[in-house]
Amino acid sequence: MATKAHGTNDFIQEISALPGGEKINLCIQCGTCSASCPNANRMDHTPRELIAMARAGMREEVLSSNSMWLCLSCYLCTVRCPRGIVPTYIMHALEHLAMRHHVSHPRTRTPVLYRVFSDTVYKAGYIPRFGCMIRFYLRMNPFRALRAIPVAIDLFTHGRMPLKSKELNLKTKRQFQAILDKAELLELHPGGKNFKPEVKP
Amino acid sequence: MRCYSYFPGCCMQEDSRAYGTSAQAVAKVLDAELIELDEWNCCGSTPYTVVDELSAFCCCARNLALAEKRGLDLVAACSDCYLILSRTNQHFKEYPEIRTKINEALAAGGLEYHGTVRVRHILDVFANDISPEEIKTNVKVDLSDLKVAPYYGCQVVRPAPSFDDMENPQSLERLIESLGAKAVPYPLKTRCCGGSLILSEEDIALGLVRKLLDNAASNGADCVVTVCPFCHLNLDAYQKMVNRRLKTNFNLPVLFFTQLMGIAFGIESKALGLQENIVPLEKVLARYIKQP
Repeated sequence: MATKAHGTNDFIQEISALPGGEKINLCIQCGTCSASCPNANRMDHTPRELIAMARAGMREEVLSSNSMWLCLSCYLCTVRCPRGIVPTYIMHALEHLAMRHHVSHPRTRTPVLYRVFSDTVYKAGYIPRFGCMIRFYLRMNPFRALRAIPVAIDLFTHGRMPLKSKELNLKTKRQFQAILDKAELLELHPGGKNFKPEVKP
Repeated sequence: MRCYSYFPGCCMQEDSRAYGTSAQAVAKVLDAELIELDEWNCCGSTPYTVVDELSAFCCCARNLALAEKRGLDLVAACSDCYLILSRTNQHFKEYPEIRTKINEALAAGGLEYHGTVRVRHILDVFANDISPEEIKTNVKVDLSDLKVAPYYGCQVVRPAPSFDDMENPQSLERLIESLGAKAVPYPLKTRCCGGSLILSEEDIALGLVRKLLDNAASNGADCVVTVCPFCHLNLDAYQKMVNRRLKTNFNLPVLFFTQLMGIAFGIESKALGLQENIVPLEKVLARYIKQP
């Protein structure tokens, strides 16, 4: 690697501890990611800037920005990056760190949406669309739900929003949650000293 | 007969049941069997990754471990499920730490995974396992006047190279031509529809949907076909909202590609779930659709 892999920058180490994050040091700041990103113009900082800021140790500025929350996970940046970095994974890593450190994002609703989704997956092992939408709008601003009503009515009248969803049987659900409970205890450890891919990038 | 393990994913039980039923109906005609994975769970999608990566991998690993017991390729119809399952497979192979921890967690549920399952997208199966000749021999309805925009969306061809080019794939065009219809040039075919950000960042996502519809319409498409439930939801269910909010006037039917295959094969509309499409199909497709 051309730059310090394990320098004094704690923030970089934290990012490197997450899958795909370890490649952040390979960035040559060419800006191909920003040029490819469909949402770069709506971000506080473009993907290229965000990587530069992270490497400069600007933790607060990076984690409180809206940038990563506008990432669509479309991976266009990823297939074009000349250094084989997966900027999408870096975005996921930053989202994860922002959540872990409870950084609030008043200007984007995506973190709440993601939290509602994942809580539902854990509880049900499944995502019931209707229940999920309701919970999301309740946790945001219920008045926003009014704007979604025409779409909800269309979905409902076309049989695309069942009020009662599939449920996992009890035995399956217990097994599923036992696995996730164990996974939560294990957690890919921060610090990342042992966290290296087998095949070097 | 070709047999596959089939991972429906949550959307197929909710807003995109038509995709699942049409895929099954088409598979039957093509002498392929999609055997649903017993007791599958949600793939976790991108949101779970953000909240807790290892748990997200374990959501997928449980499904993969179940599929491994059966020993067939695991086919997903939803591009998001396909991507998330493939990614877990890839991380499982690449990172020893992830491999060990996934299996430690799976052991809590009495399962084990060895990394042998091949994850595939249903487009790959219908476009590549089945030859164009086989498709052609089953076509019963002449679609030669129908112009179709082939919309892939993002996650079926990216991030890792798989069955087609990552920015300019051709599988869907080939399939559409085999069905006898005409695939129009569609430069934005692998651009993102906004995905689940349609809920949290409505304005941004609606802008993306507008570009996609505009690109299809200006290339003369009569309809759009998709390979992903999220793309279908955004382009179909939100089309009216785009028209209202962005002062446009789109009226483009959006079909799952399996629905188009079913129409060409002369399968009844009900078995293809055509009644669940929100933008009316009649104007463009009435003369091709077989009514019960």
